[in-house]
Amino acid sequence: MSKVILHADGLNKSFGAVTAAANINVKVEEGSVIGLIGTNGAGKTTFVNMITGYLKPDTGKVIFAGRDITQLEPREITKLGVCRSFQIPQLYNSMTALENLEVSYGIVSLMEHHGSLFTKMHAKIPSYGKDIRQLAEESLEKFGLTQYRDKTARVLPGGIRKLLDIAMAMAVRPKILLLDEPTSGVSAEEKFDIMDMVMKAVRDGNTTVLFVEHDMDIVNRHAERVLAFYAGQIIADESPELALRDPQVIKYIIGETHAARLQEAN
Amino acid sequence: MSFDKTIQRFLLVLIVLLALSPFIPQWALFMLTITGANGLVVLGLMLFLRAGLISFGQALFFCAGAYTTGLLSLTLNVREMSLLVLASGLVSGLLAYLLGFLMAKYRGIFFGLLSLAFSMILYGLLVKTEALGSTDGFNVPAVTIFGWVPGKELVRVAVLGMAFLVIILSVAFVQSILKGPRGMLLTAIRDNEIRAEYMGASARRTVHLFYVIAGVLAGFGGSVAAVAVGHIDPAMAFWTTSGEFIFITILGGVGSVVAPFLGAMVFGIIHTVAFSYSPNTWQMVIGLTLIFVILVLPNGLWSLRDKFRKNKP
Repeated sequence: MSKVILHADGLNKSFGAVTAAANINVKVEEGSVIGLIGTNGAGKTTFVNMITGYLKPDTGKVIFAGRDITQLEPREITKLGVCRSFQIPQLYNSMTALENLEVSYGIVSLMEHHGSLFTKMHAKIPSYGKDIRQLAEESLEKFGLTQYRDKTARVLPGGIRKLLDIAMAMAVRPKILLLDEPTSGVSAEEKFDIMDMVMKAVRDGNTTVLFVEHDMDIVNRHAERVLAFYAGQIIADESPELALRDPQVIKYIIGETHAARLQEAN
Repeated sequence: MSFDKTIQRFLLVLIVLLALSPFIPQWALFMLTITGANGLVVLGLMLFLRAGLISFGQALFFCAGAYTTGLLSLTLNVREMSLLVLASGLVSGLLAYLLGFLMAKYRGIFFGLLSLAFSMILYGLLVKTEALGSTDGFNVPAVTIFGWVPGKELVRVAVLGMAFLVIILSVAFVQSILKGPRGMLLTAIRDNEIRAEYMGASARRTVHLFYVIAGVLAGFGGSVAAVAVGHIDPAMAFWTTSGEFIFITILGGVGSVVAPFLGAMVFGIIHTVAFSYSPNTWQMVIGLTLIFVILVLPNGLWSLRDKFRKNKP
């Protein structure tokens, strides 16, 4: 069993009468790929938000690499190596795809140069060994975005926006990447290609991945472990084979018909 | 800091101006100096606008710079213009640093109105301070340029030359920052602050930094204006002064570090011409110009350059 990199310890969160997280306990091992499933409002995004510092849990702790990060700001958590993509891609809309990535690597460059006023675009980022432009171009290629290089982010199609959003999150070389519905809003034909491309790009760096996903075929294909959420609780924490057969998961999340089809596919 | 094309052009303009100075009338030299002073303040406002912020109170730092120059020369008998400009930039920068802790938390209309409030506090204080001449202000004595005491005919051109030196250094500094990753981060903050935060950048610290830079620039501008005019009064902090700076910002555009100076120049011309033809209604001409710019050139005069470039084959 490899090292635990992230430990959600007894997380609770309520919004008024709605319980979004009820005693969530999860240990994430370094290098694993975990799928988060559950119906809308089950608490998946709340979980992601509590890990990345957007929401503070009412009680409980988030431990990352042995350090309590519960009360840290999102920015500080990102710096430690926990990064996320968004359900609705968060881009710099007036900039081109290339510039979006340049900003991302630019932020990394500023951090590595200790915020020096005279950090140059063409200065090598010490721990990356390359300059901002090179890294941005490489990232475009890695995520298959080269043909969109000079298009303004505002006009990019949905799937491309998702990829760009994830490419930007990868710029900081996170130890853990949380993907919030990477394939939502993407056409059924594109879904698998996009997810394959993302997983390939992300796994090259041995990044631990947690992804929220509604498409069970994609969960089945990429996840090594599944966390099934229902009413703020985790009702199953198993391998995909077992989780997708779990009676509770079938009852509350997948549905009988779909479950039967998945079994067949396996 | 590298001497890129923009800086070289500024240097060229300086050399041409100095060479032609015997043929340029005194009033035009004065107008160019004031243009430079306004341009310095607007250079800072341009940085804000890139981040999607508008300050309705930048005259605060302009006035603080002018009063620093006035007070230093009166009380401590400092007459060296380079020292006066430097000290004024420092005082305004320090003031911006302190106010920045509060300002950097706000965006949009709150940023604008809070800055307006601060500038009007300074205005109110100066108006009530009789020791500083109240609404009349006071005269600023003649200055020396690097130890040299220019004669009556040369003082205008000497002050203009010094102002240009300050401008070139300021432009080179701002240019080098804008061309680096921090310049991109400014636009990124305007587009999507949350994203920038989730990449590990601090929007608050970035805005604070640029608030201080803009404060220093406005301090320089105030000092140059005080020396050129030879008189300072609280109206320098009044909201209409801030309004003029915003007008110039919109007029010039944010496309380049040259834009603020282009805007200031055109503003100076409109102001002078309109004032000489209709002294009582010149503000109306300014208003009509603003409407024209917003309707026809929403990205300012500087965008004309890009339009011409695109039309070329």
